[in-house]
Amino acid sequence: MIEAAGLTKHYGPTVAVDDLSFTVEAGRVTGFLGPNGAGKSTTMRMILGLDTPNKGQALIDGKRYSELKRPLGTVGALLDAKWVHPNRSARSHLRWLAKSNHISDKRVDEVLEMVGLTAVAKRNAGGFSLGMAQRLGIAGALLGDPKVLLFDEPVNGLDPEGIVWIRQFMHRLAADGRTVLVSSHLLSEMAQTAHELIVIGKGKLIAQTSTEQFIKDATEDNVRVRSPHAVKLRELLAGSATVTSDEVDGALVVHGLDPASIGDLAAANGIVLHELSPQRGSLEAAFMQLTKESVEYHAAES
Amino acid sequence: MDQVTLLAVERIKLFSTRSPWWCMALAMVITIGMAAVIAANTDERFPLSVPVSQGFTNFGMVVIMVMAALAVTTEYRFGTIRSTFLAAPDRVRPLLAKTTVVALLSALVGEVIAFGSWGIGRLIKPDADMALNSAAEWRNVAGTGLVFAFAAVLAVAVGILVRQTAAAVAILLVYTMLLENLIGIIPTIGPKIQRWLIGRNSDHFLTAGNESFISEGGGADQPFGPWGSLAYYAAVCVGFLVVALVVAKRRDA
Repeated sequence: MIEAAGLTKHYGPTVAVDDLSFTVEAGRVTGFLGPNGAGKSTTMRMILGLDTPNKGQALIDGKRYSELKRPLGTVGALLDAKWVHPNRSARSHLRWLAKSNHISDKRVDEVLEMVGLTAVAKRNAGGFSLGMAQRLGIAGALLGDPKVLLFDEPVNGLDPEGIVWIRQFMHRLAADGRTVLVSSHLLSEMAQTAHELIVIGKGKLIAQTSTEQFIKDATEDNVRVRSPHAVKLRELLAGSATVTSDEVDGALVVHGLDPASIGDLAAANGIVLHELSPQRGSLEAAFMQLTKESVEYHAAES
Repeated sequence: MDQVTLLAVERIKLFSTRSPWWCMALAMVITIGMAAVIAANTDERFPLSVPVSQGFTNFGMVVIMVMAALAVTTEYRFGTIRSTFLAAPDRVRPLLAKTTVVALLSALVGEVIAFGSWGIGRLIKPDADMALNSAAEWRNVAGTGLVFAFAAVLAVAVGILVRQTAAAVAILLVYTMLLENLIGIIPTIGPKIQRWLIGRNSDHFLTAGNESFISEGGGADQPFGPWGSLAYYAAVCVGFLVVALVVAKRRDA
């Protein structure tokens, strides 16, 4: 379990993370979501003791990172797949990491096998594609068989096959009872990977909720209704829902009633319906709506 | 994590890339090659002697300092320092382990260079007086390893402080090759300051009592004797390391 309490980080006058508190539970994949520059990486670095918070603290299973005796055996992290020496072989890279925490060379070969890099273990990491580098980073995170795992934007730049692989891998890790925190700036990706979401913008917590609930709350459920008796239907609906007209074809857009109730109401009043279709707002649109206020760099609207 | 393990980690890191090997080879070839050229050009008027054979070990030392600085700055450049700090969050101990490995290796290279330069002189001019028959002569040759080791400590400290290869190498080269000598040009106070500079003190440790046509040896105006000079030089290098470790501990990685 990871607990962040009042984490705050300033860089000069810029507040990167602002009084951020959340918990990450074991046994599920928790998505750490926010636009670029929201403070996700800074927060992860503070959890891992690389950056010192100005205020607040982060605890991993009740301890600060710096208090861990064999840190790699408790926490595995992939913050940046490029954190390897380009002229060092994949195996040498893992060997020095393993050695530092009394992990055997046998385990090095095991994790290489797990991420599918055995064949290229002797090749220099500098020649790796981004996908291979991400796999090497994940192998490094898994070395100590840790209970807590942190991945910062692990699918960035991966091909679809790699994305599916990482997604399944995280689900397996969570199913083993591990704590998995994965950051991303893409809600569509997180919707398929994470069970739980921590959403931040401009360093502040926007929401911590289950992915399902988040999507339900964030997207507006509208129902499109077309009827030759639109005016009468509109009067009937007015009491229990908000109704607007589609400017293009004059269809009614009903918000606040589900399609079944609208159908029942129409039937009870002998109104013919030509269309009754639920409309789900897109996830990205909802996410952008939610974080609009907190995006650091806006593109100029044209 | 025990220190022995961290030493092994730093050994793996250092030897699993090529640049340290290149730096070490370069340092040996340049210095011993130079000693060979000098030895071949000595004659009765300018005879080969122990101090003459050791006159160019500073060239090798500069290359070794570059290697030592690179051992740190490449870690910052490629982000592996963060992986190191994740594996050993204490920070001071992995950096101390790195310093130890680099310093020991530099000492070894220093000895190879010193005895190599001396040996090649003996080969080229078998008749020259190259016997090591005084404490001063032994210090001149065998002391080179100590000087190299603390030079490496200083270079590691500078690497930790500035974190960038270009900056660290520039600082080390400009200081050792230019500033040390230029300060002496300043009227009146220049020579007074110069007595306290680290290069002057490490040179004094090696050359005191070893007069030859290329060096005055003596250094009568130095504040310390040869071993005092070494202690002062070592203390300054270690002092820089302590500052660097404190900074690394407090700074965001």
